[in-house]
Amino acid sequence: MDNKEQENMAVQEAATAQSPMPEASEKVTEKEPEKKPPKMKKSKGAVGGKTANVIINILLVIGCITVFFPLYMTVIIAFKKPSEMTNDVAGALAFPEKWNFDNFAEAMRVTDFWHSLGNSLLLTGVTVVICILLHSLAGYVIGRKMAKLKTFKAAYFYIVSGMFVPFAVLMMPLVKQTAQMGIANRIGVIILYVVFFMPMNMMLYTGYLKNIPLALEEAACVDGATAWQTYWKIIFPNMKPMHATVAVLTAMSTWNDVMTPLVIMSGTDQNTLPLAQLNFQTQFGTNYNLAFASYLLALLPILIFYIICQKQIISGVVNGAVK
Amino acid sequence: MGNEEAKKEKTEKKEKKVKTWSRNDKIFLGILIPVLVLFFCFNTLPLIKGFYYGLTNFRGYGNYDFVGLRNFKDLFTDARVGKSYLFTFKYALVMTLLVNFLSLVLALGMNREIKGKNALRGIYFVPNILGGLVVGYIFSFIFTYILPAVGEATGIGFLQNSFLANTKTAWIAIVIVGAWQGIAMNTIIYISGLQTVPEEVYEACMLDGASGWKKFSKITLPLIMPFVTINLVLCMKNALMVFDQIMSLTKGGPSQSTESISYLIYNNGMSGGQFGFQSANAFVFFVVIVAISFMQMKFLGGKEEQL
Repeated sequence: MDNKEQENMAVQEAATAQSPMPEASEKVTEKEPEKKPPKMKKSKGAVGGKTANVIINILLVIGCITVFFPLYMTVIIAFKKPSEMTNDVAGALAFPEKWNFDNFAEAMRVTDFWHSLGNSLLLTGVTVVICILLHSLAGYVIGRKMAKLKTFKAAYFYIVSGMFVPFAVLMMPLVKQTAQMGIANRIGVIILYVVFFMPMNMMLYTGYLKNIPLALEEAACVDGATAWQTYWKIIFPNMKPMHATVAVLTAMSTWNDVMTPLVIMSGTDQNTLPLAQLNFQTQFGTNYNLAFASYLLALLPILIFYIICQKQIISGVVNGAVK
Repeated sequence: MGNEEAKKEKTEKKEKKVKTWSRNDKIFLGILIPVLVLFFCFNTLPLIKGFYYGLTNFRGYGNYDFVGLRNFKDLFTDARVGKSYLFTFKYALVMTLLVNFLSLVLALGMNREIKGKNALRGIYFVPNILGGLVVGYIFSFIFTYILPAVGEATGIGFLQNSFLANTKTAWIAIVIVGAWQGIAMNTIIYISGLQTVPEEVYEACMLDGASGWKKFSKITLPLIMPFVTINLVLCMKNALMVFDQIMSLTKGGPSQSTESISYLIYNNGMSGGQFGFQSANAFVFFVVIVAISFMQMKFLGGKEEQL
């Protein structure tokens, strides 16, 4: 950031250097950033011309079809009867004769929808809560002592290096291990998620800790607060923006994950939403209407969630990737 | 009000500080150790165990013997493993290039002064939030029924047969589904990257008379290089792990032409009686991933332009 700002200044100074009063250039550069943005917006649009913008606008809107088409198709097929499905394109994509919810009721029964939904919610919810509590604490502990003590620095790099280990690599030993420990069930899956997201989340928290001044803790210490109190009363609330990011990232990866529950919970009768789609493929057979009703049901919760907190999700994902 | 007392207290605290900090260190260590133990048990330990299993002829059940490095040697001559590595790398490379090109174009478009900017961004991000497995099932229907029907109606030859049924085209179908989801993510990151480019730079560049392609390649691209790095690394990493889409689209077929490494490890290791052999495979895969990540970071890290 500092470098960027310096360069801004340099560029502006270069632009203003030709002005008759070189001494005034510094003042100008200080004022300019405030004035410029509204003006620049117009001229930036003018770079490619307004027509170009309109064309790009139209192209982008047309491009949305690639996003909507599969979803549209899913909805349409989910509402149809098998008899309405003919072999041509229109048969699959035309509106149903009657919008009925029979497929959904049937799909819920076949895939034990509420149970799977409950499991998905449980796994995601518990994982997110534990991740926020534990990873923020770990991030704080390591982040505050990293500069001073080598043990903590080593611990930091040790945990962060875990990011290079894909789940597929650990899959087989973990299946054996969880079975031996008697946690080849939902508890085991949650533990694995907590460990698996630790490198990423801890890195985010440790990075965010730089924004929280050490003076806050010292003040608390002077007031006689214990380390434990200091953390929960002062640090934890202050890390709120990062909690949001971690919650979004963890929730999205947990909700959509197939592999972990697939291999760990295979012995139990429990399904998550995606897992149910996989396990009931054979029961759908060639009844695509039933299958698509089930797919739509599986997609709906996260779609609704996305519509409600779209901003938080996007900013969370960007934060997670960029930091 | 007891100014002196406060001062006294402060000095006392300062004197105590050496002590309290070291006590503090102990508390911190007390929190750190359980975390490290947890991490070790479910991350490092299985990795070591995986290597250990790789040295055996374990089938996933029953007794097993040590076979030394035989599994690792066999990996290099096993046709199926070789094929899966080829497929995974081909897929990852094509995905990374295609996704990054398309998302950069999309991001450049959406970064302009256009109408409905936020709505467009919101819409283009939707594929990313949907689970890969269900998306795969939906696209599987498109590839098996919709596209051939379109092909027949329009007479376009290559569409008339399902992409998924042909060993030569099945991987393209997986690329399409992967890209559909991957572009959403990378576009958003590129947009946030483009927003970090200060307007003044464009202004200066306009004064110099640079525009169009030159402006992009000489100004924009170097400035968003950190974001290109992030996207390339993320995209490559995700593509190398591809599993959900394979599971729902092809299950590795037709005739094992779309078996990714993850899928092969899952399929043969978990149910194919190759527990030991696939453990060796998984360990090699881990080494490969680490090597690729380091190479990418080194190569791309050196290319970043500091503003």
